[in-house]
Amino acid sequence: MDASQGRIHSIETSGMVDGPGIRYVVFMQGCLLRCQYCHNPDTWTIGKGGHNMTVDELVRDIQAYLPFMKYSGGGVTVSGGEPLLQADFLLAFFQALKREYGIHTAIDSSGGCFTTHGHFFETLKQLIRYTDLVLLDLKQIDPKKHLALTGKPNDHILEFARFLSDNRVPVWVRHVLVPGVSDDETDLKGLAAFIRTLNNVQRIEVLPYHEMGKYKYEQLGIDYPLLDTKPPDDITVQRAKEILGAH
Amino acid sequence: MIAWEGFKSGSWREEVDIRQFIQLNYEPYDGDDGFLAQPTASSRQLWEQFMSLAKQERERGGVLGMDTKVVSTITSHGPGYLNKELERIVGMQTDEPFKRALQPFGGIRMAKSACEAYGYKLDEEIERVFSTYRKTHNQGVFDAYTPAMSLARKAGIITGLPDAYGRGRIIGDYRRVALYGIDFLKKSKQEELSLYNERPMTDEVIRAREEIAEQIRALQELQEMAEGYGFDISKPANTAQEAFQWLYFGYLAAIKEQNGAAMSLGRTSTFLDIYVERDLKRGTLSEQDAQELVDHFVMKLRMVKFARTPEYNQLFSGDPTWVTESLAGMGLDGRALVTKTTFRFLHTLETLGPSPEPNLTVLWSTRLPEAFKMYCARMTIKTSSIQYENDDLMRTYFGDDYGIACCVSAMRIGKQMQFFGARANLAKALLYAINGGVDELLKVQVAPPFSPLLSDTLDYDEVMTAFDHIMEWLAELYINTLNVIHFMHDRYCYERIEMALHDQDTMRTMATGIAGLSVVADSLSAIKYARVKPIRDEKGVAVDFLIEGEYPSYGNNDDRADEIAVDLVKRFMKKLKKHSTYRNSRTTMSVLTITSNVVYGKLTGNTPDGRKQGEPFAPGANPMHGRDTKGAIASLASVAKLPYEYALDGISNTFSIVPGALGKNDGERERNLTAILDGYMSKDGHHLNINVFDKQMLLDAMEHPEQYPQLTVRVSGYAVNFIKLTKEQQLDVINRTFHGKI
Repeated sequence: MDASQGRIHSIETSGMVDGPGIRYVVFMQGCLLRCQYCHNPDTWTIGKGGHNMTVDELVRDIQAYLPFMKYSGGGVTVSGGEPLLQADFLLAFFQALKREYGIHTAIDSSGGCFTTHGHFFETLKQLIRYTDLVLLDLKQIDPKKHLALTGKPNDHILEFARFLSDNRVPVWVRHVLVPGVSDDETDLKGLAAFIRTLNNVQRIEVLPYHEMGKYKYEQLGIDYPLLDTKPPDDITVQRAKEILGAH
Repeated sequence: MIAWEGFKSGSWREEVDIRQFIQLNYEPYDGDDGFLAQPTASSRQLWEQFMSLAKQERERGGVLGMDTKVVSTITSHGPGYLNKELERIVGMQTDEPFKRALQPFGGIRMAKSACEAYGYKLDEEIERVFSTYRKTHNQGVFDAYTPAMSLARKAGIITGLPDAYGRGRIIGDYRRVALYGIDFLKKSKQEELSLYNERPMTDEVIRAREEIAEQIRALQELQEMAEGYGFDISKPANTAQEAFQWLYFGYLAAIKEQNGAAMSLGRTSTFLDIYVERDLKRGTLSEQDAQELVDHFVMKLRMVKFARTPEYNQLFSGDPTWVTESLAGMGLDGRALVTKTTFRFLHTLETLGPSPEPNLTVLWSTRLPEAFKMYCARMTIKTSSIQYENDDLMRTYFGDDYGIACCVSAMRIGKQMQFFGARANLAKALLYAINGGVDELLKVQVAPPFSPLLSDTLDYDEVMTAFDHIMEWLAELYINTLNVIHFMHDRYCYERIEMALHDQDTMRTMATGIAGLSVVADSLSAIKYARVKPIRDEKGVAVDFLIEGEYPSYGNNDDRADEIAVDLVKRFMKKLKKHSTYRNSRTTMSVLTITSNVVYGKLTGNTPDGRKQGEPFAPGANPMHGRDTKGAIASLASVAKLPYEYALDGISNTFSIVPGALGKNDGERERNLTAILDGYMSKDGHHLNINVFDKQMLLDAMEHPEQYPQLTVRVSGYAVNFIKLTKEQQLDVINRTFHGKI
């Protein structure tokens, strides 16, 4: 694979909720998970969808936004999709960002493709040296429920979290709160207990489920699995925040 | 003299020099808003009275009262009050609050139709006098217009011209009334007049002598008007209360005399702070008293009303008056011009609630004190009532005592004025280029005939050659039209009191403008990068366009499109500059539409970018709605590329974002908003209107206006009370891009 090219779904230049400050967010194409509440189902497919961009193109494009990053303490976030599916590209990209601009870098990941084997792991060990923050989606602590929710087990995701902890990579844990799916008190307490075993968590965010991705399912002709689910009420959100120790 | 006791001396004592007085005497404040006081009981009561009148006005269809008999002059009405017992700052345009004055000097027809539109009847004798004996500005203009000018106006390639209404956009230095008093000002005007004594009596000298004589007379009338309220303003103000009052009387005289499109206030807060600080130190004023003075003064500014016609309201929707007050900015010596009274002015958005007027304009510098920046951001997030303009950019052209007239026009206070020139419709000009000068809607030859473009697919170079040719024609016609208008305005509707509060040696600009920048940039980009095929009617006029393929659009920080926009600004400005202007004024240009983007859209056929006939243009320099797909910051980066040195009358950009997209909590949102402003300004962006709210709220306000009496929305260069907009305008605001990825 050519590390200087990435498969990119889209770019958002004013990300202000995906890491500190004002951020240039690169949405990468492709994901292994099929989370029921995913609001970017258009980024799922691997091998089709999106368009190629080179590291150089991105770095040049970002130059125009440096003042906004400087004044806000912002930087670049790669999101998706699952950005770690294109770890080689990420490494080349972040190396260039650090070399050219010295700006803050973040990866928004579920760790869904984490493994401690082979080329991926070697690349990842390099990549975290150029990564200032990982926004880590922990969706569900209960393995069975995780499988039902995302189509994949969660053991390697938790392993990814421990790997980041062992390597002291700063992490913001993010938990999407979906009524009936990820708001069970026992699960939340289990998740909180797991987070307490990590030594690198700077911030815990509860993201209330919203319905803004619904229209994309219609456009893509996919059934929307959470048709009858409504966003959580404030009390539920507040309670989840307390259990998780969120901000 | 008691009035100047405690002030640091300088040559300002001998000659009018407000800037020097401020620089020697103001106290910069770099702290936070913790000192601010709550509104007093009397402020609350007065505001309730105000809101009840506003409600009645709304229920009566937008006008509560109109004078149909008394022609408004500085001294035409005796004193009027909202509540004589409670008001600490007094003075009213007519004899009753919310009653609109009769101001026929701009045009008797306009005055008459404004009355009739709201069910009033203009006094017959007045109509007879102004039709038979006293010529008005409007009549003068139409006497001199050439057929080409009338046709261009009718076709809407030049629109919104101040040929039937007052031109406005002149800011008297109202601070002079407070610091010097009328005697001093009259004396210095007499000295100016004497400089024209021993001179050959050329047109210019005669005009100067007549104008100065009128200015002195107007100062005398201002003094008489104040006497009616029981104040002797022949001498300078002694206290903070008097300073606010004297200054307001100066402004009041201006709005009694002129129904100008924009009647801006200037840059008063730091000047007034000097008086407030002196009284605070003397112990004769408390913080509550200080806030009360500001609140009552601001209430007066919120009460400014003009009689206007429905056609005017279509152009400039929501009953705006542009009482623009410029706040903050940096001094040339590096000290910020932020004082506690700067905070007190912004605090009125809470003590009295949000409001479009006065048009609070923060002159932003990346070097402003952090606490002040954060306070501005907080007020914007709460009220969407503030606009921001780049002080770091403007200071290099205008020094550190300029103010904003109307929306984005910077001018040195008391030393510079402008001839407001509305705007030329560049989108229509592009269609003329394609159609050989034939108007696409009227189907008549408006520009001089030349051969239309006949190819199946439009060729970029051919289009540019023809477009350049049309712009050449348009620039000349436009400047000539403005020359006629301003000659007549000076002659029949001269701003006596505003010019009395200017130096005789005042710089004048001819402030032209353009509309449709993003429509044209995208159209040219489509022609260049995609294939655009005109669809012609039976007469051969291109009435629609088929676009094959994709093209980069302006607003995504893509140089291919953005450079087209930059070129347009430079190209048209260079053409305008070729033509000589009335009173040797210096030609400038703005990229600003106010709400007229809706009217321009109606008057312009289908365009090669895919915009349909009737669809509004984007306001000002904004990218077209929905085409800026890379997010807010890319959009800002595109607009910031437009060169201010070619558009010194201002480049307006309106930015709307939902609160949730600015950050996760109040602190983050305030910091990010501050960084957006710092980032935009450091990239030489000129102006930014910021709205922070959810689209859902606007939809709800359309349904239930009574629940949103003070909902304020920033549009191109000013703010409006959302519920006063026409339904069409409301939808235009709602349909614009809301940056809101969460």
